[in-house]
Amino acid sequence: MRMTMRTTLASVLVALMASAAHADVTLSVLLDTNSETTALFEALSKSYQQKRPDVSFDVESRPGGSEGDNLVKTRLATGEMADIFQYNSGSLFQALKPERTLADLSGLGNAGNVTDIFRKVVTAPDGTLRGIPFGPAMGGGIFYNRKIYADLGLQVPKTWAEFMANNAKIKAAGKVAIAQTYGDTWTSQLFVLADFYNVSTALPDFATKYTANQVKYATTPVALRGFEHIEEVAKAGLFNPDFGAARFGDGMRMVATGQAAHFPMLTFGIGNVSQNNPEALPDLGFFAQPGDDATKNGLTIWMPSALYAPAKSENAAEAKKFLDWAASREACEQMAAAVPSGPYLIKDCSLPKSIPQAVSDMLPYFETAGRTAPALEFLSPIKGPALEQITVEVGSGIRSARDAAALYDQDVQKQAKQLGLPNW
Amino acid sequence: MIVQKSPYPYWFVMPAAVVFSVLFLAPTLASLWFSLTRWDLFSAQFIGLENYRQFLREPFLIQGLINTVIYAFATSATKSVFGLLLAVLLTSGIWAQGFLRAVIFFPVLVSTIGVGITFSVLMHPTNGVINVALSAIGIPGPGWLTDPALALYSIILVDFWKGLGLATLIYIAGLASISPDYYEAARIDGATRTQMFFRVTVPLVRPATVTVVTLSLIGGLRSFDLIWAMTRGGPGFSSDVLASVIYKQYQAGFYGLSTAGNVILFLLIGLIILPMTAWFNRKEVDL
Amino acid sequence: MTRRQFYTGVISLAVAGVIFILPFVFVLLTAVKTKQDAALLTFSWPVEWHFLDNLTEVLRTRNYMLLLAYFNSTVITVCSVTLLVLFGAMVGYVLQRRPSGWNKVIYAFVLAGLMIPPAVVPTIWILQSVGLFKTLTGMVFIQVAYGLAFSVLLFRSFIATIPRDLDEAAIIDGAKPWQIFFRVILPLLKPVTVTVIVVQSISIFNDFTNPLYYLPGRENVTVQLTLYNFQGQFQTQFNLLFMNILLVTIPPLIVFVFFNRQIVAGMTAGAVKG
Repeated sequence: MRMTMRTTLASVLVALMASAAHADVTLSVLLDTNSETTALFEALSKSYQQKRPDVSFDVESRPGGSEGDNLVKTRLATGEMADIFQYNSGSLFQALKPERTLADLSGLGNAGNVTDIFRKVVTAPDGTLRGIPFGPAMGGGIFYNRKIYADLGLQVPKTWAEFMANNAKIKAAGKVAIAQTYGDTWTSQLFVLADFYNVSTALPDFATKYTANQVKYATTPVALRGFEHIEEVAKAGLFNPDFGAARFGDGMRMVATGQAAHFPMLTFGIGNVSQNNPEALPDLGFFAQPGDDATKNGLTIWMPSALYAPAKSENAAEAKKFLDWAASREACEQMAAAVPSGPYLIKDCSLPKSIPQAVSDMLPYFETAGRTAPALEFLSPIKGPALEQITVEVGSGIRSARDAAALYDQDVQKQAKQLGLPNW
Repeated sequence: MIVQKSPYPYWFVMPAAVVFSVLFLAPTLASLWFSLTRWDLFSAQFIGLENYRQFLREPFLIQGLINTVIYAFATSATKSVFGLLLAVLLTSGIWAQGFLRAVIFFPVLVSTIGVGITFSVLMHPTNGVINVALSAIGIPGPGWLTDPALALYSIILVDFWKGLGLATLIYIAGLASISPDYYEAARIDGATRTQMFFRVTVPLVRPATVTVVTLSLIGGLRSFDLIWAMTRGGPGFSSDVLASVIYKQYQAGFYGLSTAGNVILFLLIGLIILPMTAWFNRKEVDL
Repeated sequence: MTRRQFYTGVISLAVAGVIFILPFVFVLLTAVKTKQDAALLTFSWPVEWHFLDNLTEVLRTRNYMLLLAYFNSTVITVCSVTLLVLFGAMVGYVLQRRPSGWNKVIYAFVLAGLMIPPAVVPTIWILQSVGLFKTLTGMVFIQVAYGLAFSVLLFRSFIATIPRDLDEAAIIDGAKPWQIFFRVILPLLKPVTVTVIVVQSISIFNDFTNPLYYLPGRENVTVQLTLYNFQGQFQTQFNLLFMNILLVTIPPLIVFVFFNRQIVAGMTAGAVKG
């Protein structure tokens, strides 16, 4: 009896797998579990299959964050990577030793379509292109609820002081001024990371000196501001009561539906709202994290992740053909239609006509030269792994801003040493 | 000359020894070497004891060490004390005894990740069932997992909840192997229930105690899954234990450093467990 | 049964019900709720019952991944537990019966196996070089290597309770060592074998970390890894997550119900006699 059951189960499984694998080429794909990622890849693979019905995709999901970093590195190092995988650009990309582990994409017909700003963050030390942009560029700033702003007659703040004044009025009106979601620790870093536009306008060579071990967060007042911002908003009691346990999705829901007035986040959060609370999209606005000088107001931006192929894989040729397609303007516009949450980084790739309000709030920064600056992690290979725990400590009142910055400097030192950087 | 062959040949050990050496010992020895290198998975560069120096300088190492010891001893102590009491209760012939045993054992069956996810939802500071219930009777519930002073203890509580069934089961087995004659003799001597518990049960159930304490201590010192599923060592670093500090170095790509931490964890476990086992074994001879 | 025993039982059951059963009722209720209802995290009766919807959605996710996971996890668990019983009994037998200098060495390795946290990446390299990485066979051997210490300890102490006279009688009858072991000793080990089967199959079936590293690839997914499907970093669909927890708890539950009565017997003679 038991034997028959097992045989039946096995034959069902065989049938299931056979129906999935009728195509001639099956490309294995490794993606993170972000809903935007899934939507982007769905758009991309569907349109590719119209051209190439003989190709099918076997999509595997991986955890995000540092757990995902580890998985990607382990699988690359052991030669077990999927034919195509999605991963961060910038310093995390460099940590993969791209010149050894990733396929060279410089020879692709559409390689020239990759915009220069993105090319920089997926170029191996030997000068070759290794990744194709996957998704829109993002801004790191503050989402706000437009209804609350309209009801209380508030203006989008251009300085930190104005921002705090708004917060005071929102709190006085009995509302949650700032959503914080330390259940996903990475969300706690935004006030520090998104402040980098302000740091780099004050000290244009901060990133270079930082990499060379010449400046520190704790001893550079303008860099310390990010940590002080968290301390200030935490002390002012502006957070939602469950800030310690709430998660990223809660934060986006709160700011979109007016349960909170602000949520500091990257703009990819728009995708979350359009999936879960689409009716609230018109109320979701966005502005750059303000600094101390209203005349120097601008946005810290993040490059999207990229699609890569490992240096060696069974379907290397087919994987490259697919990546070539992903770099085409046509493919890009398919993705832009599916996820219109920021500018895309393929030349002449345009966004659809109707875009969410928060995206229209963000685009003007990109349209004026000098109003955007890349985040520090795209300019320096150093980012201490414990920043998210340290910012949680500041936001939870466990540690002062100054101590936190000093502790972060130590964390950074450890990472630089492990990377074997000179001068550390 | 014919060599008298033992009826207990060593080749019985061989299949197990091969699997164990190839998949456990060899990688462990290799990791001793890697702990002396700066290792990014792609290449390893010898840097001597630098990783050990760096690991011991880790700002939260001391806190993590203290937490590890608290965690291991607290879970081990609570499981053995309550495990024994429950075992006595569940062998005393009370109503629904068999069903109760099954109920208490049930959490052992659920995966640690599943338990972690469930309890972090139940312990949510504002919407969680626990605090909603507490506030309904007028007690403001604490931030079980979000209050830095409390997070570690909340996880210990869940670990206790999950592991109590196994400890109870081992004790039930231990009680079953105590001959009823001892109780009979004690009763004739006019001993009270409490006296019988302390004079007969506790000493005679010692082998079970050794098993429960040793297993839960080792488990507690190495504990990681539950902490990771519930707080990831947070808020901040307040519920970090050695294993989670190590894992974080691993996640950050500091493989040599993390391997050095592994060696340190191994030393710590050895330092606590070996003298204890030796002590248990010596006592056993006296019995 | 005295009146006192009855009331103690009722009270104990009430307390145990709140502490041990309510969390599972919560899992169960959340698993049948709608997404919005579940997101509130409340302990409440579902507004709408979506048992079948959620069940089929969880099963259907990623092309019936959960069914494949059940299949893989079952194969891994059955094979590795079989080997663990066999290897554990053989080592425990020699260890207990043949005191010699080697025993200390073997015992030290057994303790090391209990204590040392495994080194992941060197293990992957070794698995690769013998062609077992990413295979169910490789995963089986990993589980055997990691579970061996505990099994050996249980078997060794149980074998101590089996009189040597039995071996000696068989030796006098001219039995070969393997005959003594398989025909005389092994059948007597049934109680402790049940304990090993239950404890090891639960821990292997519920293992999350090891398959994560040693068994990558979509076709190799195991049940605990399916929890990742619904616990994405950014979104959480609590109803499906809890339905998944519910589903992956069923197989260990079956094992337990099946062996419940025998477990204590094995523990009595095995774990406890030191």
